[in-house]
Order: sequence, then structure tokens, then C-alpha cells
Amino acid sequence: MDFSNLNLQELAQTSGEWLRGSGPESDIVISSRIRLARNLADFPFISRATDTDRAEIGKILRGRIETLHQQGKFTGQLIYVDVSELEAVDRQFLVERQLISREHADAEGARAVVIDQREQMSVMINEEDHLRIQVLKSGLDLGSAWEQINELDDHIEARVTYAYNDRFGYLTACPTNVGTGVRVSVMLHLPALVITQQIDKVFRSLQKINLAVRGLYGEGSQAQGDFYQVSNQITLGQSEEELTKKVADVVPVLIDYERQARDFLIRESQETLHDRVSRAYGILRTAQTISSEETMHLLSSLRMGVNLGLIRDVAIPTVNKLFVHTQPAHLQKLTGMELDSSDRNIERATYLRRHLSGEAPKAGQN
Amino acid sequence: MKCQKCDKPATFHITDLVDGKPNELHLCEECAHKFLAPSADDASQVVPSMGALLAQHLAVGETAEELARLDQRSCPVCGVTFLEFRKQGRLGCPHDYVCFAEDLEPLLVNIHGETRHVGKVPKFCARGAEEQTQLIRLRREMKEAVAAEEYEQASKLRDEIRKIEQTRDKANK
Repeated sequence: MDFSNLNLQELAQTSGEWLRGSGPESDIVISSRIRLARNLADFPFISRATDTDRAEIGKILRGRIETLHQQGKFTGQLIYVDVSELEAVDRQFLVERQLISREHADAEGARAVVIDQREQMSVMINEEDHLRIQVLKSGLDLGSAWEQINELDDHIEARVTYAYNDRFGYLTACPTNVGTGVRVSVMLHLPALVITQQIDKVFRSLQKINLAVRGLYGEGSQAQGDFYQVSNQITLGQSEEELTKKVADVVPVLIDYERQARDFLIRESQETLHDRVSRAYGILRTAQTISSEETMHLLSSLRMGVNLGLIRDVAIPTVNKLFVHTQPAHLQKLTGMELDSSDRNIERATYLRRHLSGEAPKAGQN
Repeated sequence: MKCQKCDKPATFHITDLVDGKPNELHLCEECAHKFLAPSADDASQVVPSMGALLAQHLAVGETAEELARLDQRSCPVCGVTFLEFRKQGRLGCPHDYVCFAEDLEPLLVNIHGETRHVGKVPKFCARGAEEQTQLIRLRREMKEAVAAEEYEQASKLRDEIRKIEQTRDKANK
């Protein structure tokens, strides 16, 4: 059983399991993700690696993962993607899909990613570290994400020697990841906290307990569509379970704040809220040209409206899918054409109208 | 990339939260120091980045003389100097954690509040890791020997590398 080939056109028609909106608390929690940073002991870190080193690291890791795949250690089909061979639009597509980081897309030199067909797992090769293993789940589901990634890590570790020492743990290119090498993050949709202007306060209190808050696409990215990623800042001196628990414990508090803010808006200004949501829905269903930013902004209102029962003829998985499918690279893959920014805005509006005005098949299909 | 406040090259890349929105700042060392020494109230709003933490650490830690001496030190395995690490915020190889251990500790305290790993331990090959790290040095030395046309030395090194690689591959079968 070999790696299957990547067919982006085909992949673009579907959506990853994490977008199905099926996990616990999925009205507010979009996804749970855990990633592990690992390096091989016998190669320099990426910043000092020669082209030969990178090619060799890639070859070794590809071979080991292929062997594990043949032994049935992974569930389902695996797809191996040589990222350095991809066109810019295809790399961007994988970023929009949350399967690779922006840094991995923009980098140079030999690099790859292995993903499973259900898009629950991705293994980046030659990112900032030799290996970045990721498991992505729908809703709040950190426990099973940790179980899955821990097992995966064990399988890989049985076949390579990781850079590790007793004092500092798993050794990483950047000292901010050393120790466990674990980043536990939860993506939350917090529109009511943004409207009620409480979001800054929430961030400050999270920073005080050493949790980081980032936008949709990780480090330095803007909080588009009121999506926020909360993750651990610390990786050394606490176990993976403790770090996971810390994030898992704070999420219900954030969910509670967001629900309270939504209740407040319903109680104090239901008409204003209903108006906002309905206008957003109206524009999304009728616009002839629309930017990505405006789409994200309006879809955020629509998503909250659906969750609050103010809009009844759209399903959450449809809205979740639209967030991803209206991104630039997805639009180009879906139409099979290279589009400039103004053509994309027209195509985006067409896509939204088709999926929100009853012309398209119901949720879950395309 | 140039510093946003003067014309020197930007070596610190900082994400600052302004009204909850991340704002990217690219600064030279001097301007970064100024930026990162705000009043106590402002301090909590700065998202700690690698550059920021390094700058903070160095501002309180060393005198210029000590720093210059530290900067010159290099890792015998990969050759990275402490200065290069400070500029890039990235280490060169696993052995840096051994040879710069004492210098990294204050930095790790800044970032993590701890200096000791607690948590998962590799089941199979934690013991061989340090020995395998030596492969990085041997490969570098072989490359240098070839460049210097010292072929006898290069072939000795090649044999040594092969021996360790074969043991490694056997262990990972």
C-alpha cells in the first residue's frame, strides 16, 4: 500500500472532518488541535541544514512513515505531498485547509507534508523543526487528540532517533518549543465577546496564565471572522497532560463568557442583533462582488445567528465550509481557474449566492 | 528588512497587541530595547516573542564585555555562534543545548519559568541520541576535509560516519 496521489481539485470539493461541526461544544469551539515538534538527533536543525541534509531528512522520514503506513499504523489513506514542487496557489490551499503552516508554504528548499484523507492528521517535514506532527479534531476534543498524537509519535519514535536529552527533553530549533514540544490549541468563535468589547479583557487574563491568543492562521495573523486560537505558551517543566489540561480547563470558561455575552445581546438589544444577523445574511445572499474580509466578517454574524436560532434555513456545517471555501486558493481550485483579486470577488459572491439562496443542494453536499 | 524606527537592519520581529489586534513590528536591536522597556502597566500587553525575551534577558543579564565574549563562542558540532543564535532566535543543532546549556538556562526561565523537562520520554532511543548527534560534526568535518583536499582524512571520516549510520539503521529496522 503506497501513498496515494494528491488531487487538490478533488480535495477542494470536500471539507475536512474538523469542519463538520460535529464535536462537543461545536457552536463555539470550531476545532481542537495538538502538534508536536520533533527533530532527528543526527542532523542539524533546519537553519543550519544544507540542501543535502534537508533532502536526506526528507528521504528518511518519508521512508519511515511509508513503512508504518504499510504496517497499518495509520487509519485510512495517506497522501504524501512534496510542498517544494507545488504551485503557490496549491500551497496556499493547504494553508487555508489548516494542513500546513504559512511558514511551511512560504519557505524554500526540500519540504513535504503527509496528510490523511480525513484531514485529521498532518505531518510536516522540514518546517521549523524536522517534524511537526498535528492532529485536528472537530469541537472541543483535546483528550482524544492527545491520545491519537501520542500514539503516532510512539510509532515514529520506534523508527528514528529523536534529538532528546534528560535535562531539556525534546530538543527544538527554537527554545520556545523545547521540552515537550507540544502546542495544544483550541479554535474558538467569539463574536459576542467582540461586539460587547470584552475580548481584550479576556485576552489579558489569558496572557496572565501563560496562554497565547492568535488569529485564524497562527502566529501574527489577524483575528478574521472573530476566530481565535488559544494555546499554551510554555512547553518546558510541565507534562503534556498538564499542558493539555490547562487549555482544556480554560475553554469552558471562555465558552461560558461567550454564551453570557450572547444572552446579554439577546436580552438587551435583540432587535439590533437580529438586524445585524439578517443584514449579514442578506448581503451574503445577494452581493455580486465581495472581498474575503467582508465575507469573513458577515459569515461570523451569520454563524452566530444560526446558533442563536435567529436564522433557521442554514446549517452550521454549511457556514463552516463557506469560511474555508471562499478563501482565495479554494475559489481558484473550485473554479479550476487562476483568478485575480477582482475576479475572485465576483466568483466569491456567486459561490455564496449559490450556497445560501436555496439554488444549491442542501448542507453536506456541494 | 529595515527597522521601522531607524534605517538599521531589523533583527527583532515583535507582535504587539493593539486593542486586541496583533500588530507586527520589525525593529533593530537598539529600538527593540527601547520598545521593550515600557512602564509596568504596558508590560502585560506585549505578547512575549523570542526576540523580546532575548532582549529582556540580555538587558538585565550581561555587561557588554561579557556579552561580546559569549557571542564569540561556537558549538563544536554545528559551528553556530551564540551571536548567530541571538540574531536568528534559532539554534543550529541538538548539541547547542549541551554546549550553551548554562547560557540558555536564564533564557528558558524567562520563557517557561522552568529549566527541567517533565513529561514524555522516548521509549526506544533516548540513550543513542547524543552519540548520533556526533554525526552532524563528522559530516561537517568531512565536507571541510574534502574542500581542503585532505582526502585521506575525509575517507577516514566517511568510514566513521558509515559505522554509526549502520548501527543506527539496524536499531531502527
